[in-house]
Amino acid sequence: MTLELVSLEWVHPGLLLILGAWVLPLLKGRVKHVAMLLLPAAALAICVRLSMMPGTYGMSLLGHDLGFVFRVDKLSLIFSYVFSIMALLGMVYALHVKDDAQHVTALTYAGGALGVTFAGDFLSLYVFWELMAISSVLLVWLRREPSAVAAGFRYLLVHVFGGLILLAGIVLHCSAQGSFAFESLGPFPAEGGWTVILPWSLILAGFLLNAAVPPLGAWLPDAYPEATVTGAVFMTAFTTKSAVYCLIRGFAVPGGTELIVWLGAGMAIYGVVYAVLENDARRLLAYHIISQVGYMVCAVGIGSDLAINGASAHAFAHILYKALLFMGAGAVLQVTGLRKLSEMGGLYKTMPITLGLYMIGAFAISAVPLFSGFVSKSMIISAAAEDHRQWIFLMLTLASAGTFLHTGLKLPYYMFFGKDSGVRGKEPPANMLVAMALAAVACILIGVMGFFPDLLYRLLPRDVAYHPYTLHHVTATLGMLGFTALGFFLLLKQLDPERKISLDTDWFYRKGSTFVASAARGPLARLEAGFVGEIYEFVMRRPVLGVARLLRKLDTHVVDFAVMSVGRLTQAFSQVLKTTVSGNAQHYGLLMAAGVLALMALAMLLQ
Amino acid sequence: MSFLQRQLEDPVRFARIKRWFYVGLAVVALAEIVLPLIFPSDHPHHFAFEGWWAFGSLYGLASCVAIIVVSKFLGKIWLMRREDYYDS
Repeated sequence: MTLELVSLEWVHPGLLLILGAWVLPLLKGRVKHVAMLLLPAAALAICVRLSMMPGTYGMSLLGHDLGFVFRVDKLSLIFSYVFSIMALLGMVYALHVKDDAQHVTALTYAGGALGVTFAGDFLSLYVFWELMAISSVLLVWLRREPSAVAAGFRYLLVHVFGGLILLAGIVLHCSAQGSFAFESLGPFPAEGGWTVILPWSLILAGFLLNAAVPPLGAWLPDAYPEATVTGAVFMTAFTTKSAVYCLIRGFAVPGGTELIVWLGAGMAIYGVVYAVLENDARRLLAYHIISQVGYMVCAVGIGSDLAINGASAHAFAHILYKALLFMGAGAVLQVTGLRKLSEMGGLYKTMPITLGLYMIGAFAISAVPLFSGFVSKSMIISAAAEDHRQWIFLMLTLASAGTFLHTGLKLPYYMFFGKDSGVRGKEPPANMLVAMALAAVACILIGVMGFFPDLLYRLLPRDVAYHPYTLHHVTATLGMLGFTALGFFLLLKQLDPERKISLDTDWFYRKGSTFVASAARGPLARLEAGFVGEIYEFVMRRPVLGVARLLRKLDTHVVDFAVMSVGRLTQAFSQVLKTTVSGNAQHYGLLMAAGVLALMALAMLLQ
Repeated sequence: MSFLQRQLEDPVRFARIKRWFYVGLAVVALAEIVLPLIFPSDHPHHFAFEGWWAFGSLYGLASCVAIIVVSKFLGKIWLMRREDYYDS
């Protein structure tokens, strides 16, 4: 069956955002605000409507088949819901921003994510994938500060590299399979030989890079804290979670993939370790995106039905609470201009609403019972337990303690309480608070819905029963969180934020490249002067000079000669003409009479 | 002066909060030990250590201390640099 890309009754929700975004600069005032909210709301409505018609469709434009495939199933639907909800929340948060460019890029970015989610073939997947990279880098650049421009270039560099890896994988995969369909790539094809192993690995690496899996993930904490206050909120949602979606779609297999399990669990702890050292508020939260996405990647590796449901549910919950946390840190940045924890402190006196809403997000990410993280993260940890992976279970639980330690205790302590820095912010604009309140309501709603698992988990891709609120689970979680708090207050002195930055794998392209350059400069320069220069002299300079010399001769002897000759001829002719111009009327009369006589003679002769 | 400010800046009230925090911790740890004895079939244990007394609480404390100590150690010996490290 084919679907028209844009028709009267239907439009691709991603394209709606991407094309609709360009209407915003034409509008003004209230109408613009309405349009900013209406676009993502309409996209959400379309996604909800799509749930009535699961299946795969060919895409056509004005009756011409485009060769793209549009896929609607439970997995793509749940990601599309949360992406459009997130676009809506992000636009509410950005309503006060007067910069049209930011709105257009943010909506394009969200549209790209929806495009990836519904892509049933590798070609349209790749197109939307790259669109996301390009639109998101603009959200960094639009902060218009030197550090943001530099970070944006690094971000773009990494994502272009990742996109090329993915493209190489896609080309190899599709030429081997003879089809562009984006289906599961199965377990590691150990028996298949290089023609199968290579595309499998390349596509996996492309997805893992966007999911910010170390060592390919340093772009995330590098770029996100440099983005605009409102742009960063969008960035937390789309790139990593659309990569998680692709990983579930392509690499979740029933038996599991050991490599991905360990990468995910390691990633969950890696983010926590860096968060201890971090001083920049939004960078600390960025490291916790890596940590949280680690749970989802790990679940993809485990691959059981419960794990896949856990990854999807956690992506859903994570987008909402992470956006809330970034909104809180962004609000502080907006009103105080401060980004470093070592400079903040005492803000609870003037920003109590921001503090309260931030704490709801913090409880959600820390998986406190009654908040959203509890009903989603616990599925992944339970999936690890049911798979009898005790080390993964312990690693993920440890990372949970670390999550509460940083986002629930360290960051709010140093930002809002702690030593009073004398900085007095005020509450941010109303629209920012409304966006935070909406996200907070969602975090609590999802958490409370856990008491009705049939209702909550109905939207998840697989059918498997799960109950988050068991007695053991609640008490163990409360104990774990409570004693983490005890550890925090006992070691508080150790945690004082330091005015330092931490090395990450972005060192290789930020600092390592200068070493490479200086090492290469000597030999490369000699090669250039000695060999390349000589060849250039011989192949290019001499022939070019020879031809030039020839051309100059041609110019002086032929072109100049011709011009001068014409000049001389004209001069001579005008000398002749001059003699006829005497100024006497009788001469002119004589000449005219002679002319008339000559004409008459000619006419008679010709007759 | 807001409610929160009153609670935190008055030493008597702050001490009271601290006491309640410790009471809460004790209650949670006790609940973790006692409740499985009362409702034994609530949760199937996948690993032996899940049956240890107050495993969640102990593991939470151990995790927290381990994360802080190990991360700070790694930071001190290797990862942490001056803020202008990349500028020079």
